[in-house]
Amino acid sequence: MEKPKVTRDFDDKEFAGCAIFGMMNLEGKRFPSRDPVRAIANMHERGNGLGGGFAVYGIYPDFKDYYALHVMFLDRDAKEKTDRLLASGFEIIYDEEIQTKPALVYNPPLVWRYFISPNVKRLGIQSEDDYVREYVMRINTETGRAFVFSSGKNMGVFKGVGYPEDIAEYFCLEDYEGYIWTCHGRFPTNTPGWWGGAHPFSILDWTVVHNGELSSYGTNKRYLEMYGYKCTMQTDTEVLAYAFDLLMRRQRLPIEVVAEILAPPFWNEIDRAEPKKASMLRTLRQTYGSLLMNGPFSVIVAHEGEMIGLTDRIKLRPLVAGTNGEYLYISSEESAIRLVSPQLEGCWNPRGGEPVIGRVGEHIVPEKFLTMEATA
Amino acid sequence: MKSYLPAEYIVERDDEKCIRCKVCVNQCTYETHYYDEETDRVYSRDENCTNCQRCVVFCPTHAITIRKNPSAYRENAHWTTEVVKDIKKQAETGGVLLTGMGCDKPYFTYWDRLVLNASQVTNPSIDPLREPMEIRTYLGAKPDMLTAELEDGNLMLKTTLAPQLTLETPIMFSAISYGAVSLNVHEALARAAAECGTYFNTGEGGLHEKLFKYGNHAIVQVASGRFGVYSDYLNAGAAVEIKIGQGAKPGIGGHLPGEKVSAEIARTRMIPPGTDALSPAPQHDIYSIEDLRQLIYALKEATDYTKPVSVKIAAVHNVAAIASGMIRAGADIIAIDGVRGSTGAAPKVIRDNVGIPVELALASVDQRLREEGIRNRASIVVAGGIRSSSDVVKAIALGADAVYIATAALIAMGCTVCQKCYTGKCPWGITTTDPWIAKRLNPDIASQRLVNLLRGWSLEIKEMMGGMGINAIESLRGNRLHLRGVGLTETELRILGVKHAGD
Repeated sequence: MEKPKVTRDFDDKEFAGCAIFGMMNLEGKRFPSRDPVRAIANMHERGNGLGGGFAVYGIYPDFKDYYALHVMFLDRDAKEKTDRLLASGFEIIYDEEIQTKPALVYNPPLVWRYFISPNVKRLGIQSEDDYVREYVMRINTETGRAFVFSSGKNMGVFKGVGYPEDIAEYFCLEDYEGYIWTCHGRFPTNTPGWWGGAHPFSILDWTVVHNGELSSYGTNKRYLEMYGYKCTMQTDTEVLAYAFDLLMRRQRLPIEVVAEILAPPFWNEIDRAEPKKASMLRTLRQTYGSLLMNGPFSVIVAHEGEMIGLTDRIKLRPLVAGTNGEYLYISSEESAIRLVSPQLEGCWNPRGGEPVIGRVGEHIVPEKFLTMEATA
Repeated sequence: MKSYLPAEYIVERDDEKCIRCKVCVNQCTYETHYYDEETDRVYSRDENCTNCQRCVVFCPTHAITIRKNPSAYRENAHWTTEVVKDIKKQAETGGVLLTGMGCDKPYFTYWDRLVLNASQVTNPSIDPLREPMEIRTYLGAKPDMLTAELEDGNLMLKTTLAPQLTLETPIMFSAISYGAVSLNVHEALARAAAECGTYFNTGEGGLHEKLFKYGNHAIVQVASGRFGVYSDYLNAGAAVEIKIGQGAKPGIGGHLPGEKVSAEIARTRMIPPGTDALSPAPQHDIYSIEDLRQLIYALKEATDYTKPVSVKIAAVHNVAAIASGMIRAGADIIAIDGVRGSTGAAPKVIRDNVGIPVELALASVDQRLREEGIRNRASIVVAGGIRSSSDVVKAIALGADAVYIATAALIAMGCTVCQKCYTGKCPWGITTTDPWIAKRLNPDIASQRLVNLLRGWSLEIKEMMGGMGINAIESLRGNRLHLRGVGLTETELRILGVKHAGD
């Protein structure tokens, strides 16, 4: 399998319609792949078999203190280069090929799992996370044919070219348990399906599954490049993952604020808000205007202990949320939620730009129904 | 000395239509038309005609047509008519050839070789008549990040933003000085800027006290002559702009002849009436980047850090490095004026040969600032030959925050780009300080025409954005993926940072 040729240093975004699904246990209890896989398979028609994937949190309890890297290699040479790069900056605690079994997937690459710990001497004043992020960028750009699927602690991404249910079978997901599962079925229209281009996209323990197309991709990408992010996966979803990493991890802004940055209220709503809030919203838009995600999107973002659903501010892509007991569901279609949980305590359509936030330990997910009231 | 220069234009008058009303005689400030009582006919001195079209527009019976003089020299691709005439003019006068407006040559315009994108199938275009479409723009330094803290359960931002200008449309009126134009023109610009929620730039001639009430829509300029600069002036404006250079005449100064310096202009410029107002080529207190920093901070001190400071330069070869230095020196806004930038008077040879196209300058400045990680620290405003809403959209997609327009604004008020501004006799009442001519320009009508222009362009900008599936202008800024080049070389594409159409 070939990574599509890149003729210039600025890749184009991809155009994709998709299905997304997320399921979370709000007590942090782990559960198997059965329900998430059934739910995403239920939205089969939203994908075209050119990409499927899963992010699972709480997957490696025995190695939870180490960064878990899932890396795909297009050839052995790329693996050797990656091994050398990792050995130079990390202690490799354990590594192995990720187990697979025959399934209806297209031309699978070698996918490897590493548990690593940063080399303390080389760390310097950098945070461990930044150190790991830098190495991930280096693997993606320097080795040429190796791409990091995920790089967080106690989590992992499995993805590839095929329908999501086939990807689940290929990677033997029935053998894993997690307290958050996010899932993606892809319908790309312009890039040949390649394994690196499937969702979820991930940096450290942040993952993103995304349905939509960012008209603002060029602006978002060039802004993130100023902060050291290199977009290598030929897709606009990558910028969402990096935006969350920049705003939430590096700049420590809470998700409520990040939602106002990625999908802000309109100026006339801001102008009408009470002065303190208006001033805050205005400052956010003035400062982070280049991270406004314009164009249709619905997205499920996850990181340790948190799952967030968000759509663009005029809701050009569908997103439904549901709750039942300890479980939070976020989905492109309500039918997928009802399939795995016919009885729901809550089921609602979040407003455009209004995040649905599930946090471990916080049992209540505020429901914000689709109303005509202004957000501000 | 007998002039060997033929008349450039021929005035044709349909005698059957002519009613001898003498409007043309009175309107032409170059005394092209005259009435002969004996024959009861109106005649023309063709050699005086500048083809400004004033008489054509105001002739009540449409009796006048101006035609290019068909009598021409032998065709020669190298020794063009323009070249031959310029040589003859200099042989007759021995002086520097003056001209007005911006470079009129066919090269240098990249806007026409860039095309825009639109949404089809995979994402929806947005209808601006039915859905919100936001073009509000803030100019000024932005921080790289904000810090927020929880206080009593409420989120509070700990970062305070530097002062910003609020533009309801990303178009401002570029620097045009009182003196180069009449007070009526300044008033029209000021009123239109206020009505449209944008800004006009005073230029280097100060701000007439009558217009101080529009100060919160004024960018007050500080140029090399320091005309009209004093504490009240600086504090009257919404922002202060240091003018280093001008696209029409990079590297040279300006000269307002004494005969244009009326009592009012003298008072506003703070110079004796009737004296020449000379703007030196450099600012004599800025011979280096550190000197610029001192002036920027002197102006910030003078305005108590309440106003953004802009620095305007002409687009020249190392514009990217210069812009980087300007930001590091403390500029909140950098204004770049390209080779097509206009002027009331400049040596023709400078106007047509010095400076680089603003499209290339903008692309390289924006890219360089991003590479250095300092793009947030200043807004970029581009000027010089912006003709239409599509030029504005393309400029923003290349990386500009906003644009300055001047020629387009003057055209809206009546200008026909005849390039004779330097004569001070503009028959449209624009570039003149002669009260008899200046009163032709009615500020009520002129400001309405400007407001209409900005409104029309703003609507068109929204249409183009909606087509691209973008409903906030910040998502267009620097979004070069929405541009494609047509007929450009690899080098041009690389500098512009765009792909070729079809790629």
